[in-house]
Amino acid sequence: MTAIDPVTDPAYQLFQQRFGALRRSRQTETALTAAVAVLLFVIAAIWTDFAPARIAEGLPRIDEYFGKMFSIEPSRGAAPIPVLSLSHLFGGVKEPQSVAYWFYRIDVYLVLLWQTVQMAIVATVMGFTGAFALSFVASRNLVTNRLIVFLARRLLEVLRTIPQVVLAFILVWPFGIGPLAGILAIGIHTTGALGKLFSELNENADMKAVDGIRSVGGTWIARIRYGIVPRVLPGFLSYALLRFEINVRSSTIIGFVGAGGIGQELKRVIGFNIYEEISAMCILILLIVVIIDLGSERLRHRFIGQMSGGTA
Amino acid sequence: MSGTIRLTDIDPRDIAAARSRYPRAFNASQNDRLIRWGIGLGLLGYLIYLHWLFEFERIFSGLPKLWVIVRLMLDWSGFAEWDHAELVHAMLETVAMAYLGTMLAVVLAVPLGFLGARDVIPGRVFRFFTRRLFDGCRGLDQLIWALVFVRAMGLGPIAGIMAIAVAETGVLAKLFAEAIENTDRREIEGISSTGAGFIAGLRYGILPQVLPVLISQALYSVESNSREATILGLVGAGGIGLRLSDRIQINAWDQAAYIIVLILITVSIIDTISKTLRMRLIGAPPASR
Repeated sequence: MTAIDPVTDPAYQLFQQRFGALRRSRQTETALTAAVAVLLFVIAAIWTDFAPARIAEGLPRIDEYFGKMFSIEPSRGAAPIPVLSLSHLFGGVKEPQSVAYWFYRIDVYLVLLWQTVQMAIVATVMGFTGAFALSFVASRNLVTNRLIVFLARRLLEVLRTIPQVVLAFILVWPFGIGPLAGILAIGIHTTGALGKLFSELNENADMKAVDGIRSVGGTWIARIRYGIVPRVLPGFLSYALLRFEINVRSSTIIGFVGAGGIGQELKRVIGFNIYEEISAMCILILLIVVIIDLGSERLRHRFIGQMSGGTA
Repeated sequence: MSGTIRLTDIDPRDIAAARSRYPRAFNASQNDRLIRWGIGLGLLGYLIYLHWLFEFERIFSGLPKLWVIVRLMLDWSGFAEWDHAELVHAMLETVAMAYLGTMLAVVLAVPLGFLGARDVIPGRVFRFFTRRLFDGCRGLDQLIWALVFVRAMGLGPIAGIMAIAVAETGVLAKLFAEAIENTDRREIEGISSTGAGFIAGLRYGILPQVLPVLISQALYSVESNSREATILGLVGAGGIGLRLSDRIQINAWDQAAYIIVLILITVSIIDTISKTLRMRLIGAPPASR
């Protein structure tokens, strides 16, 4: 065996050449992408007056604001103290720096949180119903008329692309300030979002059952009721639960435009700069969101378990 | 007989016998019926409670007013006089807000993601706190952050950018940390076996594996944030939402509808761009259809 001299071997040189070329082209590509990203960043920063000086000016104010959120004035004009301290932690409502003092309006918050969750439930049920009805019409394998499918899909698309807060803002006008406008807005958005997912599930469903029912003369409704629904329902419910989690989040903010729930109170509290209440409410909102996420995740795993026995 | 049963052969006595032998096949048991009635009544009661809580009858009294608004929205006769330049400027401002916010979030989330990943820093306590920090950032909606930043920094797009950046940092950092934890350990082992240091292990072992996920997620975030940024203006954080809330408050429904159409067009353009870019960068086939 003769040793290969790497410098003179043509294969090696070709490899080096190709490797170098590939490497250079990849490096230029990366550099170009990065340059475009940075350029866009600069343009966007100029367009929105996002100047470093203004950030530097704003940062201390943010710091101050968040500091105030976690401190209280025990009496008017007194120096602010931290909102909690270990020695007073379990004191009564009248004792500053205790949990009870911080959350002294917990009864109001809890009522509002309950309302918020109920809003999310009603909106999810509403959206589920609408999406359920529309999804079959928007499935290509169930409706032969292309025009109907197209129209149903566009309708769902419009319903889900209008931001729900905007929708709520508009609906507050005819339906009055209060949770109803929020429910309708979230429900409409949910219809659009779930309708798309549901129709995709329908299209992926096994058509054998539908063919069987058609062969014995089943109507369109019967084909869907006995051929498709039993197969897709666990998936539908799992998506609906996922949507419910999202809707709980949405219903906490939909009140900012006057559409009910805890958001309305949160906006008032922020507007009046009642700092310790802002932090108290934010903590409660975080808690409820996390609790509902965890609970619905458990339920969803059960539905997905059922689903995997069927189609997936 | 070959096991065939004719309908005419069955007489009432057989039916009675079958009924007494399999009662549950013919009728639900007393218990089952009680439970069903209980559930039904419970649902009815809940519905009445909800009606009391939310006053659903207002849907019907509101419908005529909704119809008036829809008619006003569809009347675009004053189209030529609207301030198109301002609206387009505001729309671009919204997109710029989304881009800036997301880019800031990416810059913050990459190191945070590495810190939050089990592979990089094994300490349990540290990881618990970084994870809770991410949860705190993303658990509160962007609109809440926007409202807080508007109070802290004043009206304008900067508050919106900060809100997007903070909320998105939580989302991206968590995703990055998970992506890093899901990487193949063998590549890092291979690299450290050649005598490379910790940083080189991260650079050549982990980064190439997570970079596609990272970029794809960042692009997706730009897309979803430009949708979110359109509403941040409703609480005073700049962009098109500010103009939209102005128009709705002065009942200029035709212009409000125009702004919504502008939003829909812009969002769909960004969707398309981001989808093509993602496909080019990752080379992944389309997820559906």
